[in-house]
Amino acid sequence: MSNRPYVRPMAPSWYMQEGRYVRYMVREVTCLFIALHALVLIVGAFRLSQGPEAFNGYLQALWGPAGILLGLVLLVTTVIHSCTWFNLTPKAMPLWIGDKKAPGWIVVAAHYGGWAVVSLVILVLVGSL
Amino acid sequence: MGERQITLEVMRYRPETDTEPVFQTYAVPCQEEWVVLDALNYVKDNLDRSLSFRWSCHMAVCGSCAMVVNGTPMLSCKAFLRDLPDTIQVEPLRNFPIERDLVVVLDDFMEKLRSVKPYIVPKEAPATPDGTFRQSTKQLKMFKPFAMCINCLACYSVCPQYGLNEGFAGPAALALAHRYNADSRDVGRKAREDVVASNVGIWECTFVGACSEVCPKDVDPAAAIQQTKIASTVDYFTDLILPGRKVKGGPGKAAGGKA
Amino acid sequence: MEVIETDVAIVGAGGAGLSAAIAVAERDPNLKIALLSKVYPMRSHTCAAEGGAAGVAKDEDSLDKHFDDTVSGGDWLCDQDAVEWFVERAPKELARIERWGCPWSRDADGKVAVRPFGGMKIERTWYAADKTGFHILHTLFQTSLQFPSIKRYDEYYSTDLIAADGRCQGVMAIEMRSGQLKTFAAKTVIIATGGAGRVFPFTTNGAIKTGDGMAMAYRAGVPLKDMEFVQYHPTGLPGTGILMTEGCRGEGGILVNKDGYRYLQDYGLGPPDPWPRKKAMELGPRDMLSQAFWHEQQKGRTIQSASYGDVVHLDMRHLGQALIDERLPFVRDLARSYLGVDMVTDPVPVRPVVHYTMGGIHMENLVETPLKGLYAAGECACVSINGSNRLGSNSLTECLVFGREAGQRAAEQIGSLGAVNDTLVKERAEASRQALADLHMRPHSGESVSGIRREMHDTMESGAGIYRTADSLAQTCTDMANLRDRFNRVALEDKSAVYNTDLIQALELQSMVEIAETMAHSATKRTESRGSHQRLDFAQRDDEVFLKHSLATYNGQAAPTIDYRDVVITKSQPAARVYGGDV
Repeated sequence: MSNRPYVRPMAPSWYMQEGRYVRYMVREVTCLFIALHALVLIVGAFRLSQGPEAFNGYLQALWGPAGILLGLVLLVTTVIHSCTWFNLTPKAMPLWIGDKKAPGWIVVAAHYGGWAVVSLVILVLVGSL
Repeated sequence: MGERQITLEVMRYRPETDTEPVFQTYAVPCQEEWVVLDALNYVKDNLDRSLSFRWSCHMAVCGSCAMVVNGTPMLSCKAFLRDLPDTIQVEPLRNFPIERDLVVVLDDFMEKLRSVKPYIVPKEAPATPDGTFRQSTKQLKMFKPFAMCINCLACYSVCPQYGLNEGFAGPAALALAHRYNADSRDVGRKAREDVVASNVGIWECTFVGACSEVCPKDVDPAAAIQQTKIASTVDYFTDLILPGRKVKGGPGKAAGGKA
Repeated sequence: MEVIETDVAIVGAGGAGLSAAIAVAERDPNLKIALLSKVYPMRSHTCAAEGGAAGVAKDEDSLDKHFDDTVSGGDWLCDQDAVEWFVERAPKELARIERWGCPWSRDADGKVAVRPFGGMKIERTWYAADKTGFHILHTLFQTSLQFPSIKRYDEYYSTDLIAADGRCQGVMAIEMRSGQLKTFAAKTVIIATGGAGRVFPFTTNGAIKTGDGMAMAYRAGVPLKDMEFVQYHPTGLPGTGILMTEGCRGEGGILVNKDGYRYLQDYGLGPPDPWPRKKAMELGPRDMLSQAFWHEQQKGRTIQSASYGDVVHLDMRHLGQALIDERLPFVRDLARSYLGVDMVTDPVPVRPVVHYTMGGIHMENLVETPLKGLYAAGECACVSINGSNRLGSNSLTECLVFGREAGQRAAEQIGSLGAVNDTLVKERAEASRQALADLHMRPHSGESVSGIRREMHDTMESGAGIYRTADSLAQTCTDMANLRDRFNRVALEDKSAVYNTDLIQALELQSMVEIAETMAHSATKRTESRGSHQRLDFAQRDDEVFLKHSLATYNGQAAPTIDYRDVVITKSQPAARVYGGDV
């Protein structure tokens, strides 16, 4: 072949170049904060196993300025991560009612509903302790 | 009919003389109701015979004329000037080698399409007097949206996974695999999994979702791929629990992937 | 020059070409198949067909009724033995691609649904919503991918047949990505390149429909048959020529003039009620509907649109959004995008538009040309089942039925044809190379591809349109001779090799100029009105003289010679075409 196709390389910063890629990266990167949140909880459980004093120290750290800041960051990123994934669920799990495909918002709403129910149960459990 | 002056900046690449693509600017007197393809044809017929691009039907069904218009891949025959500013930048589809000007090399896609076995693997011949299968409305709706792909390849142009990993089968090919998997007349899912559920298939997709956003035919390849992932995962675990059921060409690294 | 040896070379990879390729591969997997197309298969214009494909499906329908509708629709210019053969195979081929996965629309019981089309006694048009051609094309293309013996040569532009020793021995083609001319030495060649609607300015046809295959056969000495018959589809969008499928009327859409009057009742298609009614009013044949528009225009009863000239209204509002979205979603989107009109709430402006060439390569025995080893199928071929006006939805079926037959016939006859003659092939290849080199070297002269194309469009529209006269045709014949001469001085502005579309467009223009000339001359000689060929100076059908096919034979730089050949009549004697009434 006498031709010479030109291959345009992908820029290393490709994920910064379009809004849709930035949104995608935000969704993906926030999963690290979910991991971090899990780690914080695991540390809490570990401290609890070391006795009341250790656990109180852990709680105090969480209520310090840095702890509160961390908590806020974790809350925001966890919400972003959860919501972006919830909003994608109709694509992965289409719902059929009879021979009609149900509108996507029903699937999304079901996820939010499930989330609300689980949160409520936990709150009730915590409150009754 | 109103006339409107458009500045068309077209990416040129002439492999016999250019070392890399450059933009060339044309001043095009356009009619208000024109599409970008009309402006390109004006250039071809009146300003520059050397500009090369593909087109045919001018009714958004042959899939020839997809190109990147002001940063977004679209069918140039359905890119209306009324929706665009006075300066319009046109490039070839991204993530494909440029053959010349707006013409890209499609060999890779054509091979990938073949690799996913996009044809009916029949269970058995229909036992009806007219020799056709019966299909309910729902059975038709299950696959029809994924059969609307015109292979324009706008989806590959925005898929970063395809850009980063040449081996990736990509949105359109995987959507077509799903189209046949979801067809009640077909039993070829296992046969397709060799490629579809391999390390160049669905598990390379990280659900960026850009493919579905730019698809001019609302095919939703992202949905097709996620649904295939779920089916493939279910297969994997069923095979694990019921080993007797194992069929050739299992889902490979199914469970290791990200859903 | 690279020589590619093959058993069957198929030029064109649309509905007919793919059907042929699959048929060869199924019949004998050892035969080498070269499938050439100037575009990727899925770009072929089959994809633009909307409304459906005809084949008897209902219990109350019959092959005879399909035959009658086809023959009367064609104004008795169809070869009836071929039509009988065709209608019998139609349902089988449509069922075959159902099994291959075509997403046909269905009835509630899961059977394939059918809709009525113009000129049909009973509904027999199988459809996949309003993208039938698209689905047929992709089903065929994707099905073809499982056959290793089909070797595709995508984006190869075929320039010449290799005709030598009384036989077709291959085809020459330019590999567009490299610009190299290659020789396909083939024992058999099947042409499936589609029609030539692009010789007219206002057409539903895509840019690729330039009649290259017809022109190749013509230059190789095979006559072009019935070229004067060009079908106008009555409902195209003004401006773009985008097709509003006949399915719009099949589902119940009506046509009205500027007074909101269903004008078709004035042209032998009424009475208007009850509606919908088969073979009447808006479900009359395409030629008569397009001609009725012309008469309304003469009477000043069309709607004057500032931007698009004269139109009538295709009104589908009474169908309701649910039905439109289920069965006509594509055309709804097209009208909305390209015209800004939503057919759910507003009538759609439409006008007649060049749609189909009934004429084509002369077929002697369904799929065989007079040149041994050369076959053809689809719109480029004139079998003739379409006569002087094709029945809507017969063309997709024609691609499947005759495409398959061409493949089978080629595979069957290949053994008796023997090897190609290498020396002769080389000689022809050299001649093609020289002609191409000459085109490349031609000095600038002021003649341009776009200029000659524009003038060809103008003269074909003004002189050889819906209605023709001796004077208008004489002018067009003169213009075309002139343009053919001037084409010899067109110089390429782009001299490069890789994907040179200046070169391809020049070669396409050469095909179109040759074909346009056969249309104008065949139309001049046919001093009668029949089907789509309407002469203001000879308003009647003349079966005494013209129950005949015209054959245009290539004469180099001189005008084509026009001869005639009898139409095959088996069971339907020519009669008056009757539509409307209380059918």
